[in-house]
Amino acid sequence: MIVFLVATLTFVLLQVAPGDPLTRASEITLVPQQVLEQQRRNFGLDRPVHVQYARYLANVARGDFGYSFREHRPAAAAIAERIPNTLLLAAAALVITFALGILIGALQATRRGSAADELLSLTSLTLYSMPVFWLGVMLLLLFGVTLGWFPAGGVVDDAIYPYLSPLGRLGNRLHHLILPAVTLGAVGAAATARYQRAAMLDVVGQDFVRTARAKGLRERAVFFRHALRNALLPVITLFGLFFPLLLSGSVLVETVFAWPGIGKLAVDAIHGRDYAVVTAVAIIAAIMVVVGNLLADLLYRLADPRTREAQ
Amino acid sequence: MTRLLRGLWLERQARWGLVLVAALCGLAVLAPWIAPYDPAAQLDLAQGQYLAPSTLHPFGTDFYSRDLLSRVLYGARISLSIAFLSVLVSITVGTAVGMTAGLAGGAVDRLLMRGVDAALAVPRVFLLLVVVALWEGVSVTGLIVVLGLTSWFGTSRIVRAEVLSLRQRTYITAARALGIGPRRLALRHLLPNLAAPVIVAATLGIGQIILIEASLSYLGVGVPPPTPSWGSIIQEGQQALAVAPWVATFPGLAIVATVIGFSLLGDGLRDTLDPTTR
Repeated sequence: MIVFLVATLTFVLLQVAPGDPLTRASEITLVPQQVLEQQRRNFGLDRPVHVQYARYLANVARGDFGYSFREHRPAAAAIAERIPNTLLLAAAALVITFALGILIGALQATRRGSAADELLSLTSLTLYSMPVFWLGVMLLLLFGVTLGWFPAGGVVDDAIYPYLSPLGRLGNRLHHLILPAVTLGAVGAAATARYQRAAMLDVVGQDFVRTARAKGLRERAVFFRHALRNALLPVITLFGLFFPLLLSGSVLVETVFAWPGIGKLAVDAIHGRDYAVVTAVAIIAAIMVVVGNLLADLLYRLADPRTREAQ
Repeated sequence: MTRLLRGLWLERQARWGLVLVAALCGLAVLAPWIAPYDPAAQLDLAQGQYLAPSTLHPFGTDFYSRDLLSRVLYGARISLSIAFLSVLVSITVGTAVGMTAGLAGGAVDRLLMRGVDAALAVPRVFLLLVVVALWEGVSVTGLIVVLGLTSWFGTSRIVRAEVLSLRQRTYITAARALGIGPRRLALRHLLPNLAAPVIVAATLGIGQIILIEASLSYLGVGVPPPTPSWGSIIQEGQQALAVAPWVATFPGLAIVATVIGFSLLGDGLRDTLDPTTR
């Protein structure tokens, strides 16, 4: 449903925008007028709007997002090639977001009001207010340029990668992945920490935690088995919320670190006036968000037995 | 108004937000008088490239030997005016849509809110990229309209929820019973009571739009080049990260300060305007 609406939205935008796909493409290729007219008939661009709309939807449903004039192949092919890179980056960022966020938030909750808690809260606020691309540039400056610990960009070292052992290849990939993933995950981690802290404080005050303590359980057991586990629930709902954020962020992070994913593809496509690719990436991104929301629902059902029984 | 200001001043965080926002707006307005140089002047292309920060150029200079402090100050003008005007567009549209949905109910409500859901599902940067790509070479005015028209979704949801809850109040029923027409009811009785959540959403929205405008300018599809914008200065700075790290650093600090200022102020306003959350 949502994917359908998004496809409609892009179609409307395409219709309202000045010119049609052919005049835009011809700006680069300089085609004679008659050929353009002929092509327009071939592509059905002279048909009434509702006919074009139906055809557009049918094409999108079949996974046909138009032709990339810049790469001389279907837009879907160009995207399919880049998607694994974006997914890898997003997955790594998600791990960082939740691992770091939950840990920091839980720690803050146990030391509520301490100097460390205040400092971490301030850090969260700062991260929250920071453009993700600038964070990337600053990390690049510190760890890439000044300290030289990490490479400046790309997925692997093209020059040496083919000659590495399988383990060396994995290491090389990880080495390139760390900075972009930390950049992309940091803002989410800050948000998660805020939620986790609030959720923990909420849970710690409840009766079952007091009961656990009264049973004489050690503080660590109370913390991990009782408080943390229950405080995770609201944080899981964040999972779905993060998806759009993560994809928007990946456009920027991929640009900062020259990471060949779909975000970088979209930006390059804009500069190369490759509209089929730009709109296709937007629709794909929306599909990924919808899938992410489904995943979040599933996770929630796994984590909370109450929703399972309610079904 | 004075009561509101005093309320804000009493909260530690809101006070910081107020001070930051006031200072930044002051700097932006006064930029032509305080900026030490013309932000576009290429001072000395032979010897003035990438000068490190000094008393002469507190923030250093860039590739074209332009003074970075002046550029960041003028960047504040551009970024803040774009943000203010876009938010004006977005809260107007958001309030109108939210009120329509909340008051009309039924099919109209479902249709509008479904549309909002869909729009919220598209990652915002992608949506903006599509729009900016199709209308190539967007002017600053165009950018304001586009940013405004793509950021009202959240506001419309808040307003709709507020309208739905206000509709149940006795004073609205009383107004209805007195035979007041729906237009007058909406404008005279509902709208003033929506002011508080809308003002909070607008304040927080300014920070968000500043981040998004900076992102677009960084990607090279925002404010067109000769005009200094924080995002595009960072993009220029990344080219010379090893030679002149200050070019990318200072505009970023300016962005962080601005966004922190507006979110502290927004949170403070929420607490002051709505006593129930205290």
